[in-house]
Amino acid sequence: MGKPITSFISRSVQRRLDPEALKRLKNIRHNFNEYGYDPWGMHPDYLLRFALAIKPLYDKYFRVETYGLKNLPEGRVLLIANHSGQVPIDGVMIALALLFEADPPRFARAMVEYFAWQLPFVSTAFARLGQVIGTPENCRRLLDADETILVFPEGVNGISQPFNKRYQLQKFGTGFMRLALDTKTPIVPVAVIGCEEMVPGIGRLPVPKGLGIPYVPLTPTFPWLGPLGLIPLPAKVRLYFGEPMEFKGEPNDEDVIVERKVKRVRMRLQSMLNDGVKRREHVFW
Amino acid sequence: MADKILITGASGAMGRLLIKHFLGREPVIGLDRRPFMGRPMELEFHQVDLRKKKAENLFRRESIKAVYHLQIDHNLHGKETEHHQRNVRGTMKLLEYCERYKVPKLIFLSSCNVYGPNPMNPNFLSEDAPLGGAAGNPAMQSQIEAEMYVMTHLWKQPEMEVVILRPVHIVGPTVHNPVVRYLRMGRVPTLMGFDPMLQLIHEDDVVHALALAARPGIRGIYNVVGPGQVPLSVILKELGAGHIPIPHPIAMSLTRRLWEMGAFPFNAPELNFLRFVCNIDGARAARDLGFAPRYSLPETIRSIRGLRAA
Repeated sequence: MGKPITSFISRSVQRRLDPEALKRLKNIRHNFNEYGYDPWGMHPDYLLRFALAIKPLYDKYFRVETYGLKNLPEGRVLLIANHSGQVPIDGVMIALALLFEADPPRFARAMVEYFAWQLPFVSTAFARLGQVIGTPENCRRLLDADETILVFPEGVNGISQPFNKRYQLQKFGTGFMRLALDTKTPIVPVAVIGCEEMVPGIGRLPVPKGLGIPYVPLTPTFPWLGPLGLIPLPAKVRLYFGEPMEFKGEPNDEDVIVERKVKRVRMRLQSMLNDGVKRREHVFW
Repeated sequence: MADKILITGASGAMGRLLIKHFLGREPVIGLDRRPFMGRPMELEFHQVDLRKKKAENLFRRESIKAVYHLQIDHNLHGKETEHHQRNVRGTMKLLEYCERYKVPKLIFLSSCNVYGPNPMNPNFLSEDAPLGGAAGNPAMQSQIEAEMYVMTHLWKQPEMEVVILRPVHIVGPTVHNPVVRYLRMGRVPTLMGFDPMLQLIHEDDVVHALALAARPGIRGIYNVVGPGQVPLSVILKELGAGHIPIPHPIAMSLTRRLWEMGAFPFNAPELNFLRFVCNIDGARAARDLGFAPRYSLPETIRSIRGLRAA
């Protein structure tokens, strides 16, 4: 498209952006239409407003530190991260790191559960922020368009895991590996350190099936203090981006064969987590 | 005797546009159950029901090189059985004539509505996506059923080239479908908190796609996509229309009530188009038909305002 991305970002947002970050943004390749929307409904102005609103949390509250952003290969990439902390702050922090610190900046996209797309306001917000309905077709299409996809292969079991299992990866699904093989996408493991301690989980509350609600956490403060009980503690967040891993093979191989490849990613991520936990001296700073 | 092109649903908006495209270039026969007001002098037109013998006589008499089947009744008001009879029986009869009188080409104008809006839809449906349009929306049933018959002919008749076009929502100064009526409401009711991406296509671009489908060698099912997709709110803003956000449960029951009274052009299941995506991927038509829309996104949206603003 002809127009530069800045023509879709309002003046006030441009002023609030760090000049360096704005300069990096200007150079990215994009496919926004005449009205500034990409085919999935993302709008850069909406996205940046949201990102700027969260930025104080990123800078001051969680004091996010990133390592290895230089490892990101050009073009399509699958980011495979550990999921933790009952509330999905990990995804937001990774997205902000990619937007404000990576060069060139990247719009991280996650595959969001069907459930969320039936909710008013939430579904619209997700779309404007570049998130997409979690179907394999969507993921494949995004990778073919050289986008950055963020996947938490542990899924709900990862985010809702109890505190005593922190930094132990749960079982990984195989879907991401099949897509990576099919689209020849490099995989970058991302270790998120700190999110486990924000909202320590005890277990899951029972929810009736059929409502579509994936889980309700049980923590020392939730549901006892109401929504306030989910306010995360200011644990310091460290994001480690590993070296890209490339895999070859048939995307339709049997589970056993694909699982072997998945295991290599999982082991790599687990060792990055172990290193990260060992290296930090304190949970809060 | 020259080979002719036969167009069903000739009196409808798309029929008229297609006839305008062909008149003077190709011999055309127009066919419709309804009268053709303001019919061009040079057009051969027959007011006939497809299910009637008179329709078959036409096939017997004339040498027809292509049939455009546009007469699918989208007016969902009225008796359901009658509606079903017309769409399904009419289409079956037409297929029968084509087979019997060896018509080499049949082009069927469907729509993206056959896929139906669904929160589990991938953002861009391909031609082999399931036809879920009738789930929760029985009014779509006859349209999908008619399409199924056309599809079976596509597979079982190797000597007849069958083409099914599934365009996105058709808009323009002359079409008068529910989407256009909705967007022309002035103050448009929307569902609070939902702003789905919609795909529109200009009526002239659809005619262009229909014409491309007639080329020899073309057969199969093609999604036809216009210049892209935008949120509903952007369309309304471009049109200068206001909108009234209504919470979804209230809108549902209200719509159902108004529909039953016949005071509203849409039924409740169609509200899902304002909630969930039902967007399609037009790559196949771009590749095989060489189709590309000629109207830009803003031009397509503005065409909804009608002739006065053109």
